[in-house]
Amino acid sequence: MLVIAVFLLFPAIWTLYLGLTNWRLTGLAAREPDFVGLENYTDALSDPDFRNSLLLTLVFVFFSAIVGQSILGFALAWIARKLRPALRSVVETVVLLAWIIPASVVAFLWLALLDRREGTLNALLGTDGTAWLLEYPMQSIIVFNIWNGTAFSMLLFSSALASVPPSQFETARMAGAGTFATLRDVVLPNIRGHILTNTLLITLWTFNVFAPYLITAGGPQGRTEILGVYIYRVALRDGALGQGAALSLIMIIINLVVAAVYLRLLGRDRPSRRGRKSTRERRA
Amino acid sequence: MRLNTRLGGTAAGLLAAALVLAACGSDDDDGGSGGGDPSLNADATEVTLTITDNSIVGGKNTEGAEWITNWVIPEFTAMQAEKGVDVTVEFEENGVDDEDYKTKIALDLQSGGGGDIIGIDGIWTGEFAEAGYIAPLTDVAGDAVEDWEGWEQIPEAVQQAMTFDDQAYGIPVGTDGRVIYVNKDLFAQAGLPDDWQPTSWDEIIQAAEALKQIDGVTPLQINAGVPMGEATTMQGFLPLLAGAGEEIWADDTWTGASDGVTEVLDFYGQVYGDSAYGDALLQQEAQGRDTSFAMFAAGELGMLIESDYFWRSVVNPDGGINPMPNRDEVVGWAKIPAREPGAGLDGQDFVSMSGGTGRVINPNTEFPQQAWELMMFMNSAEAYEAQLAGVPRITPRDDVNATALAGDPMLSFIAEEVLPITAYRPALALYPEVSVALQEATGAVAAGTSAQDAASEYQSALEGIVGDDGSISD
Repeated sequence: MLVIAVFLLFPAIWTLYLGLTNWRLTGLAAREPDFVGLENYTDALSDPDFRNSLLLTLVFVFFSAIVGQSILGFALAWIARKLRPALRSVVETVVLLAWIIPASVVAFLWLALLDRREGTLNALLGTDGTAWLLEYPMQSIIVFNIWNGTAFSMLLFSSALASVPPSQFETARMAGAGTFATLRDVVLPNIRGHILTNTLLITLWTFNVFAPYLITAGGPQGRTEILGVYIYRVALRDGALGQGAALSLIMIIINLVVAAVYLRLLGRDRPSRRGRKSTRERRA
Repeated sequence: MRLNTRLGGTAAGLLAAALVLAACGSDDDDGGSGGGDPSLNADATEVTLTITDNSIVGGKNTEGAEWITNWVIPEFTAMQAEKGVDVTVEFEENGVDDEDYKTKIALDLQSGGGGDIIGIDGIWTGEFAEAGYIAPLTDVAGDAVEDWEGWEQIPEAVQQAMTFDDQAYGIPVGTDGRVIYVNKDLFAQAGLPDDWQPTSWDEIIQAAEALKQIDGVTPLQINAGVPMGEATTMQGFLPLLAGAGEEIWADDTWTGASDGVTEVLDFYGQVYGDSAYGDALLQQEAQGRDTSFAMFAAGELGMLIESDYFWRSVVNPDGGINPMPNRDEVVGWAKIPAREPGAGLDGQDFVSMSGGTGRVINPNTEFPQQAWELMMFMNSAEAYEAQLAGVPRITPRDDVNATALAGDPMLSFIAEEVLPITAYRPALALYPEVSVALQEATGAVAAGTSAQDAASEYQSALEGIVGDDGSISD
């Protein structure tokens, strides 16, 4: 309880307080911030940059996490289970590498890949001079994030698939069910909880992710300024710490809402599975 | 349910405690305020001092970093050892964009930490002073500061860079000036004269038109957009604005969407618009400035407005970031012309902008006297001479400049031809925010917005920053 208070509750309340001031990184307002009430919040909600950023974040989360990472992660897990063990560990290692390499290193790799003048991608495709990060900035960071984060979904779905009773697969095969029917009638009902858990976690992570800043710095012209990057720009580059705190709190609230919605869905899912599966499997 | 109530009670208690803490914290804890006791630890025999600077051996401003590492630290340590003081000087190197460096040291100072001697851009003096992050030198190190022999050697205009409210907050390290750098090889290919000196903006465009005929060459880059940060304002917008006869802050008011501002933005439109004399995409890239350096060094860029930093630290064959072995033969320079002859600031034909960097003593230092000694040592004539032995640069000291610059035609040119016609930014805490608004306006034009629209967007951004209570002229 004390640990939670010190590391979670106190910073949150501190942020709440700062968000009500005009505290700045430099200048007079750094020494003597004034209490400005809800001004930071009304400013944020009426600021087209903030709304733009929120929209970009939703697009980014939807395509890179919910669609990209989930589907690719599941596909990899589905394919990998039929591969020979040696090949399977190669695939898993490669995907995992993308996940565990530090973001700053990964950013360099991607900058080299997508560079306009000497980029690897342009050399491979023969599209010399295409400025991927400027012409397709959002697409670039979406692909980057899928590449970067798919490992988690793959691992989670691998263990989920392992928990599907082999007898059910056998029955489906005996009944002559195709791949699609097997997925729909055997796999999906068994891993519904896993799908929700996975979606919850990657949604929250992707919502808060900052690594794309290392590649596009929010540019060009703010077209990849997702929420984390936007807050960084407002608070630290523009120096408006109070405004940044207010934005952070809005971000926390959005996170809580997302988490609450998923948890509710997950809770509704629980009773139908109870009794059919062991506790260990439910927790997996 | 009972659990929830208990949790709620605890949370409310914590909330109250946190708010009380918060209220206390914001009053006393915020960084240093006005310097501590100048005589603190004055007699210490074991001293540790840290120098923080945006320079790094093998990277950004490497010559400055090497000078600190190889000369300042060993010499100062030896000098103090003779007096029986055991000094350890640490050098905290950085090699990042100025904006990132500024954020870092502002956070350092705010939390009461940071190096003992910190290199800053003169233009940050005002906002750091207002925030209480730095203090007048006499407050930090005592009255001994006024007796330093160096003050007489540093011209008033140069000292101004580190002055706020008529008090010296630091010692300037140098000043600079901006010119148009040209690639003489490309100019020869385009049939342009070797001693090219434009007298109007139109002549710049004409030269760009000639350069455009060469395959694979970008005629000119004029810094624009937010990613280049202050380089956009200093190397792009402000020299052009001076060429249009205006200053960004004059007669106690900020310049809004004036004729001059619109003319400058219109010039950006000519450069990055349909004729595409400049590479507009480059101005949006996160690392665009580095790329513009690389392009110039590779002979792919005809003209570039930059400060003498470009000559000293970028294309310098000896230790530059993008060394050009044949720099002395290939790289030429010309003064920045006014829009048309006589249209510049004060009726000048040519204009430039200058800034200055300097060093301050951290008011939180544990060893104010020793830090001041190190400051004096780093700014002594002897120290500058040692630094110039590596790479010449314009120092703040007249006595050193008089002899040291003779060997470098570029730096003599800046000192003799550019500094007399140059202008400075306003040393005001609001300036950095105005600068960002200007960067946004130039970036918008480079990305295709019309000059008029960008100017009116700038006007409304400016109103948001300084208020529209008559502090803006148009």
